[in-house]
Amino acid sequence: MIHSFIGDLGHLFVIITLVTAIFAAFCYFIASKKDGLQSNPWKANGRFFFSLHAISVIGIVFCLFYIIYNHYFEYHYAWSHSSRQLPTHYMISCFWEGQEGSFLLWIFWHALLGVIVILTNKFWESSVMTVFSLVQVFLASMILGIVIPGLNIKLGSSPFILLRDAIDAPIFSSQPNFVPEDGTGLNPLLQNYWMVIHPPTLFLGFALCTVPFAYCIGGLWKKRYRDWIRPALPWALVGGAILGLGILMGGYWAYETLNFGGYWNWDPVENAVYVPWLFLVAAIHTMITFRSSETALKASIVLVITTFILILYSTFLTRSGVLGESSVHSFTDLGLSGQLLIYLLFFTIGAIVLSVARWKELPTTEKEASTYSREFWIFIGAVVLCLMGFQVLIPTSIPVYNKILELFGVVSNMAPPADQVAFYTKFQLWFSVIIALLSGTGQFFWWKKMDKATLKNSLTIPVVITLILTMVIILIKDVAEPSYIILLLASVYTVVANGKIFFDVIRKSPGLSGGAITHIGVGLMLIGIMFSSGYSKVVSLNTTGMLISKESSNEFNSENLLLFVNEPKEMAGYQLKYKGERVESSNPSIFINKNDIEKTATSYLVTAKRNIEDEGEVIFSKGDTIKISAENTFYEIEYTDQNGNSFDLYPRAQVNESMGGLLASPDIKRGISKDLYTHVSSIRSPNEKVEWSDLEEFKVSPGKNFFVNDYVSHIENVERMDQIEGIDLAGDDVAVKVSIIVEGEEKEYLAQPIFLIKDGMVGRISDEISDLGIKFTALNIHPDENAFSIGANTRQKDWVVLKAMEKPLINVLWGGTLLLIIGFGVAINRRYKEFKKMREKGME
Amino acid sequence: MKASHIIGIIVIAVAIGIIIVTAGDASSYVTFDQAKEMADNGNNNSIHVVGELPKTGSGEITGIEPSSDKLSFSFVMVDENKKEQRVFYNEPMPTDFKRSEKVVVIGSYKENLFIADKILMKCPSKYQEKTVTAGI
Repeated sequence: MIHSFIGDLGHLFVIITLVTAIFAAFCYFIASKKDGLQSNPWKANGRFFFSLHAISVIGIVFCLFYIIYNHYFEYHYAWSHSSRQLPTHYMISCFWEGQEGSFLLWIFWHALLGVIVILTNKFWESSVMTVFSLVQVFLASMILGIVIPGLNIKLGSSPFILLRDAIDAPIFSSQPNFVPEDGTGLNPLLQNYWMVIHPPTLFLGFALCTVPFAYCIGGLWKKRYRDWIRPALPWALVGGAILGLGILMGGYWAYETLNFGGYWNWDPVENAVYVPWLFLVAAIHTMITFRSSETALKASIVLVITTFILILYSTFLTRSGVLGESSVHSFTDLGLSGQLLIYLLFFTIGAIVLSVARWKELPTTEKEASTYSREFWIFIGAVVLCLMGFQVLIPTSIPVYNKILELFGVVSNMAPPADQVAFYTKFQLWFSVIIALLSGTGQFFWWKKMDKATLKNSLTIPVVITLILTMVIILIKDVAEPSYIILLLASVYTVVANGKIFFDVIRKSPGLSGGAITHIGVGLMLIGIMFSSGYSKVVSLNTTGMLISKESSNEFNSENLLLFVNEPKEMAGYQLKYKGERVESSNPSIFINKNDIEKTATSYLVTAKRNIEDEGEVIFSKGDTIKISAENTFYEIEYTDQNGNSFDLYPRAQVNESMGGLLASPDIKRGISKDLYTHVSSIRSPNEKVEWSDLEEFKVSPGKNFFVNDYVSHIENVERMDQIEGIDLAGDDVAVKVSIIVEGEEKEYLAQPIFLIKDGMVGRISDEISDLGIKFTALNIHPDENAFSIGANTRQKDWVVLKAMEKPLINVLWGGTLLLIIGFGVAINRRYKEFKKMREKGME
Repeated sequence: MKASHIIGIIVIAVAIGIIIVTAGDASSYVTFDQAKEMADNGNNNSIHVVGELPKTGSGEITGIEPSSDKLSFSFVMVDENKKEQRVFYNEPMPTDFKRSEKVVVIGSYKENLFIADKILMKCPSKYQEKTVTAGI
């Protein structure tokens, strides 16, 4: 049955959302002609429409979630992003897996922030909400999904489209009401808790960047050039914190889930959020400068506007399909490029025209900032941040240049730099050095009036401590690369200098310590990034130096290691042993040996072949049905270090046909000084045809040993079966299960082939011990001799190719991130208090 | 000269420097013949080559040769000018390699073999299904 009502309702809400946003924008626009606190009927109308807008946004969210939650697979969105087996918390993430849903998420945050602005700020409501409502008009149009009659232009892509309308499959012409049994599921890589919280955090960060922009436009428009910064600053700080957190969450997800061996890959999609964040941080610095000394107003205006435009530009880059071949994970093209371009151009041109018109009227300070003033150094810092962003933006936009040149008929074959990591690192490293030096020194200027003598006095101690600390780290960690030594020196300096400021400030006024904490965090992050990336070491290095082919004489070292099951291999300081394939049970969650379970007709249910123990306790008894996550296979790798300590890692591979085969995720052994990171790079494909040896026949009696592939084996017992799943046993039919024990290197294995006679015909069901690569078949029963004919086929033993890396001091990066966010929190609290004080005076 | 002017000049200089270095470091999309010519002229920069994997009539991909220890593999790729070339990759075969509709190899020629440092694959089925059957 097609549940068309909920989809129609959702679509209606989308239309209401769009229409109310247009009305709200119009009413607020009229209202802002009369500014101030006095009541105004147009303002009340605007507020009414925006409230209606917010309610209908919640309506859309509800409808879409209802469709996903109730598995209405007649809807394309539910079918392509969800499945029946998906746990509820991942249903939330399939909500934003698709492009429409992520637009919806963005709209939702804007609606919420709009309501907060209305509730907290009286003075600026009309002008700020005009901008807000306009942004919402554009965003709502992205999920509209309406074809304009006559022009044949499709506006937006609706999440409420039915499967039969979205996909042209032959089945719909014969059965128009066909509803698929199950959805195609959520991309297994996204089935991770970070993917539940990372996209909302990032989009909240995006949405928060709109607020300072709206205040800035409001300030320019209403000619209140100085006043907009005070209410905008706390929002900019929240935006900086949330966007930064969102970016790092993405990095942490990549580190834990993807297998490129790190947290940052300079992929265009990553760059597209990194650049606006840098500009936002620069904007925050100039805004703080303006708050304390009335300078850098023009810079603040330019930076706040640029940040917002960059957010729009990055939306355009990642969603229009322009990145195409240059990005690993951009969204699919929904044909929204034109709409996205109009969205980008509307606000870019609008903001530029308004700024140019008002530029002459902007108040400026005549006096030149002295080199010993804090304003000067903060301004330099902001400039460096912008250049840092600019450097990333230029190469990331290469596909855009090609497209533009194409429009003029020029064929351009420019491609992004081949080695992205090396290319970006060589610039970003030196920018980071400058940023670290400035944020260390700048803080001293911030807190004291400086001249040459005082500067020398206050810098002496931190510089001495820095030099000593850096020397110690260099010696312990064996840092030899000159550029790394300089980066380390600068980072340690920023930590030490800001640490000193922190201890000075925390005693007098802890509320002002935000800056110092944030900058300590930045210093630690730089140290963590430098060590974990610069000194990441492949430990699975295979130094045999093999010849790559007959045609070429080059020798290569392989960074991967081939392990056969239960055959240990030495690798840089560790002994590695692959112990076999494991699956994970849902409740309780433990790893189960694949040899101990038997498949059933349902992929996610298995039965236990024997008692399954965990730490000496029986978790599942023989014959129990166990629910497992069928997509995941874990590869147990035992590490033994030189001191004989051993631990297990379980890197994972996910098998998902519809997503393109196999996806590998790492497992990480965490340590204070370093993480050990391991992932499988190649496995025996479960679908590949296995080559079995010729059958070898044994005639044995129960209890007698025989040798299969050099393993000692014997028949443990034989039992008659009353029922076999999937086979009807009638009166004269006989089924016998032969239990064979095989003594492997590590443990005993059990194989249970079945011999049956049904309707006078002989049937044989083989059983395989996958660890050992042996398949047993019960060939015949000889009752007179009390013996059985057992057939055995062997194949290559199970193997896995893996890659292992050491990531030194990566936890310093995560710790630094935490400090950064805490610092932002302290600063937000301070600026919010300032804003509240002014509001109570009736100034906002 | 005011300090702000000096800063302005430095900023512009750095920005121009960034653009020039980017233009110099940017790779390019070429064909195998062009890549070979570059390598013969002593230019060992990494470049991008876009192509497809050759298929037999029944859709089977031909020319893939994994190494005996499974740690690397080589394959045949056909570029946009229909030139066939053997490509070596010093990593195990990426899992969805055989499904990819289009392959971009980034690397350079070493003698007569193209050594890929990186392979990008375009798999049409990866994120969006194209059809639905009653079986699903």
